[in-house]
Amino acid sequence: MKKYVCNLCGYVYDPADGDKESGIAPGTPFEDIPAGWTCPLCGASKDDFSAE
Amino acid sequence: MKLVELKKGIYWVGAVDWNIRDFHGYSTWEGTTYNSYLMVGDKITLFDGVKNEYTDTLIARISEIIDPSKIDYLVVNHVEPDHSGAIPQLVEIIKPEKIFCSDMGQKALAGHYHYSEWPYQVVKSGEEVMLGNRKVIFQEARMLHWPDSMLAYLPDEKLLISNDAFGEHLATVERFDDEVDNSRLMGQAAKYYANILWPYSPLVQKIIKTVVDLKWDFDMIAPDHGVIWRKNPGQIISAYAKWSDCQAGNRVLVVYESMWKSTEKMAAQITHGLADAGLDVRQYRLELNHRSDIIADFLEARGLVLGSPTLNNQFMPQMADFLSYLRGLKPGKKIGAAFGSYGWSGEAVRQMNECLENMNFQLADQGLRHQWVPTREVLRSCYELGGRVAQEVKNYRFE
Repeated sequence: MKKYVCNLCGYVYDPADGDKESGIAPGTPFEDIPAGWTCPLCGASKDDFSAE
Repeated sequence: MKLVELKKGIYWVGAVDWNIRDFHGYSTWEGTTYNSYLMVGDKITLFDGVKNEYTDTLIARISEIIDPSKIDYLVVNHVEPDHSGAIPQLVEIIKPEKIFCSDMGQKALAGHYHYSEWPYQVVKSGEEVMLGNRKVIFQEARMLHWPDSMLAYLPDEKLLISNDAFGEHLATVERFDDEVDNSRLMGQAAKYYANILWPYSPLVQKIIKTVVDLKWDFDMIAPDHGVIWRKNPGQIISAYAKWSDCQAGNRVLVVYESMWKSTEKMAAQITHGLADAGLDVRQYRLELNHRSDIIADFLEARGLVLGSPTLNNQFMPQMADFLSYLRGLKPGKKIGAAFGSYGWSGEAVRQMNECLENMNFQLADQGLRHQWVPTREVLRSCYELGGRVAQEVKNYRFE
């Protein structure tokens, strides 16, 4: 599964880790994250991420 | 000192730092100010603090207006220590009823000062809050330029307290835009944008659109650094719209370092070539110029020609410093080329080309390198390289 990088702040979404604070379980591919999810570091929207 | 009342019952109570010359790697040759605003009404509110060592100055200024312990609310629009350094001491003196900040602001305040018991009042983007009889609307401005950044809009006063956005590092006794020379002011504002906000240009575009869509009506912008825009707040908004849109003129910078003047001779000819083609060209030797000044000049430039000799198979360390800084600023829609003299291995030009490509520059040329001291023919080629880069810049069409 591909990692995705926040174009604004550089945060890396790693599917292996998920995003616990937002309730995204480990093993969730980036594509399956709900559209309203935002970067946990800077609040950027999902559109602001690029595949690493 | 005379009181500075920017709107009825709203006072500037900040501090002027005449002496700061290095702001985390950004040269502040003209110092700066840390602006703090006191709003007096049924309730008394202080918007933003100052750098820690100016806490006494802030308290003294507030004391000329009211007893600081009478302040009810603190607003922390941004937690960077040049604005929040005074907060712990202020909290002790004031014992505020509430500290307004964003969600990210609360996390950052806790991360900086470690007081979980402070009376945080987290506000959401767009939230309207009555501070006594005075209305404030908070708008998050995440990554402009920290995750916690917030704007505070006072619709009844037509005032926008904009935190770091629209500010500049400029120490003056004057507090308003119409009191200082405009080109000096806009020069420092451009430098501030280039060195602080440039990487977040897409967000600058978004926030400008948000403010327009929300139909915020203000005739004054009060940032946390530099002067208050009262005569022409539109000027700085237009400038931000332009800078965040990567608009640039026919300007090219030749930025280089040299060991034994061979690369410098090449730089001079490239500059001539660019100038003769009618471009606005400026030449900077890295060792003699501060990275943040070059960056300021690069904001409205279209092209960058980099020169470096090869030192132990690398480009010069000054070039590494500059390129590392530049990469972080994510300049968009630029044209680049590289050159340099070398002794034996000569990797620098290829390495600089790679750096330019990694930053999504459009390469105008494969670059030019020459072993040892340039001959007349090589200098001619440098002049021609300047001409080719000039042509690319002139042909560049904004997408």
